[in-house]
Amino acid sequence: MSSAGAPAERETLLEVEHVKAHFPIKQGWLGGRTVGQVHAVDDMTFTLREGETLGLVGESGCGKTTLARTVMRLIEPTAGTIRFRGRDVSHSRRRELTVLRREMQMVFQDPNASLNPRKRVGQIVGMALRLHGTRGADADRRVRELLQRVGLSPEHVNRFPHEFSGGQRQRIGVARALAVDPKLIVLDEPVSALDVSIQAQIINLLDDLQHDLGLSYLFVAHDLSVVRHVSDRIAVMYLGKLMEIAPAQELYTKPIHPYTAALLEAIPIPEPRENASRRRSVVAGEPPNPIAPPPGCVFHPRCPHATDVCRTVQPPLAGYANGHLAACHHPRSVSSREIAAAVRDPASPLSAGEALPTADGV
Amino acid sequence: MGRPDPILEVRDLEVCFVTDEGIVHAVDGVSFDLCAGEILAVVGESGCGKSVTAMTLLGLTRSPNARVGGAATYKGVDLLGCSDEQLQRIRGAEIALISQESIGALNPVQRIGGQIIEQIRAHEDVPKRAARERAIELLERAGMPRARERADAYPHELSGGMRQRVMIAMALSCDPSILIADEPTTALDVTIQAQILERFRELRMRTGAALILVTHDLGVVADIADRVAVMYAGRIVEQGSLEDIFYDPQHPYTWGLLGAIARIDRPRRARLPTIPGLAPSLSERPAGCHLRPRCPHAFHRCDQVPPLQSRLAGAPAHLDRCWLEVERKRTLREVAPGTIGLHGPDGAEPAKGAA
Repeated sequence: MSSAGAPAERETLLEVEHVKAHFPIKQGWLGGRTVGQVHAVDDMTFTLREGETLGLVGESGCGKTTLARTVMRLIEPTAGTIRFRGRDVSHSRRRELTVLRREMQMVFQDPNASLNPRKRVGQIVGMALRLHGTRGADADRRVRELLQRVGLSPEHVNRFPHEFSGGQRQRIGVARALAVDPKLIVLDEPVSALDVSIQAQIINLLDDLQHDLGLSYLFVAHDLSVVRHVSDRIAVMYLGKLMEIAPAQELYTKPIHPYTAALLEAIPIPEPRENASRRRSVVAGEPPNPIAPPPGCVFHPRCPHATDVCRTVQPPLAGYANGHLAACHHPRSVSSREIAAAVRDPASPLSAGEALPTADGV
Repeated sequence: MGRPDPILEVRDLEVCFVTDEGIVHAVDGVSFDLCAGEILAVVGESGCGKSVTAMTLLGLTRSPNARVGGAATYKGVDLLGCSDEQLQRIRGAEIALISQESIGALNPVQRIGGQIIEQIRAHEDVPKRAARERAIELLERAGMPRARERADAYPHELSGGMRQRVMIAMALSCDPSILIADEPTTALDVTIQAQILERFRELRMRTGAALILVTHDLGVVADIADRVAVMYAGRIVEQGSLEDIFYDPQHPYTWGLLGAIARIDRPRRARLPTIPGLAPSLSERPAGCHLRPRCPHAFHRCDQVPPLQSRLAGAPAHLDRCWLEVERKRTLREVAPGTIGLHGPDGAEPAKGAA
């Protein structure tokens, strides 16, 4: 949703470095014994600049929501560093987090579950203001302003969430997030519960807000079509790991990782003739269990191009042109010259191998 | 049109529910035919009556609060008027349902194999062991890996995609001639969705079963359907072949639906076209054409309900409910990219084959 200036010229807002979020699996009497770990987010590194939208996509269970919540510091990272405007917030305590959340807000997937059914809209939106110190007539005025801003009528302040449609409820969620003038909004599947025509309305709203208020978005979604529409860059996750990250348009025309290619091919295009003429290979199988991720490249059990090296060595993130990174030993859509020019990116997971892909297989 | 005789004929289907807030007209004058081996997609947004239409065919809306009118004839049997016993014999054996939420449709405390066996034995007199073998075979056909082992699993031990396969296996257990699938892939990831759609195609090829696919996803429709019915506020507003709907859509609502989709195969547009406003509540629908308050092209005739009829020379099976002249519609479709679909990047390029 960018408008002014190339993203590279803008300041970095959020830095996520080698972040892990593991959850222990407890067993035994009173759950005393840890028998394993769910590797929900496993060594993710990326940055987000001011005014930029980063799309975060992947299938269910890939860890994208956990990552979003870790960025929001609703979850403390098991390892790694999260920096917001240069400040390390990875292990911030309560008071620091209150300050942080004035600048960082979240919009949730299901507006039915994330809005308190017993509170009026004015209270829901006003709560954020109250927590951050705005009260009385000022707060009332601001709430009405916010409702108008997101396309609702200011007269609706005294209604309850159930009196609104799904799309309108999501607008309330956006108004609440905007209440404290945040810099960054983490959007967790903000439109996937809505009908297409309503999705378009919410996406256009988010677009306008970003343009007018200079917001940054971390947009988490499973729907690659929607993500393409909103993002400047897109990160593809699989089983807790970063598979590929690229400028939005490039990811769709030049997917380097076979998983990205598979995801794109799996989406039917809403136009019969083009859909029929497209090459579609159906990926077999399902994502493996994140308790025991496969060795080497986590995608290898489902990958049509997997070889011995994929089964043993975790691929590093190879940097191609335009800030396009992909963690694959057998990259697609790139020439042998591009492969030869690739460099190991510092965002590579710490446990990844050294060897970059070679051009022999292409 | 050389279409064979339909196996299912639905005429002026009407479903109302009496509620505390008034009468809800969920389905209003829905008519369609379904031929053997055909895939009919019923599309529309939430609350348009698509699921209620599907459920009424299976007698699942029979309740003291529901008023059902019209006719639905399956191979000579009146589905709306027949006895519960008669319907019981048809349901599952001849017309099977795959519902959206597999977790709600399966018994959580019974192994999946057992549930399929129960279904087989409800309609056919086969020994348990033979039924079990058949259940395993059905699971394999539905694409379940390690089916023999998995037959002993409980629903919660399976992923959403695997559970949807159990639903398919169950639906196929009696070789039905019609499968009704209500949003069968909506809860699934795209790679799994592709696998399930592949199964449907294969099934049609092998058994010649017809499929009524209820969905909101026009990508899935384009991928698999032969014919499409677009519903809005309880009515079918347009009906035709896949090509008709995607390349020569006649109803402004269809334009809106097609236009509002973000597409992976197109560069991003500055703005997504939207349909202004909200769908009406089914208990207080506007008089005349239900789209009138949201339609930028509405005029005085729209006060009356337009009949669902063919308005195109040479396309008797392409029906729509819009008063606009055909020529006028073709012009509107091309010049107002902000409100209607079928336009490429920046509305510059009308779809191929649209003229």
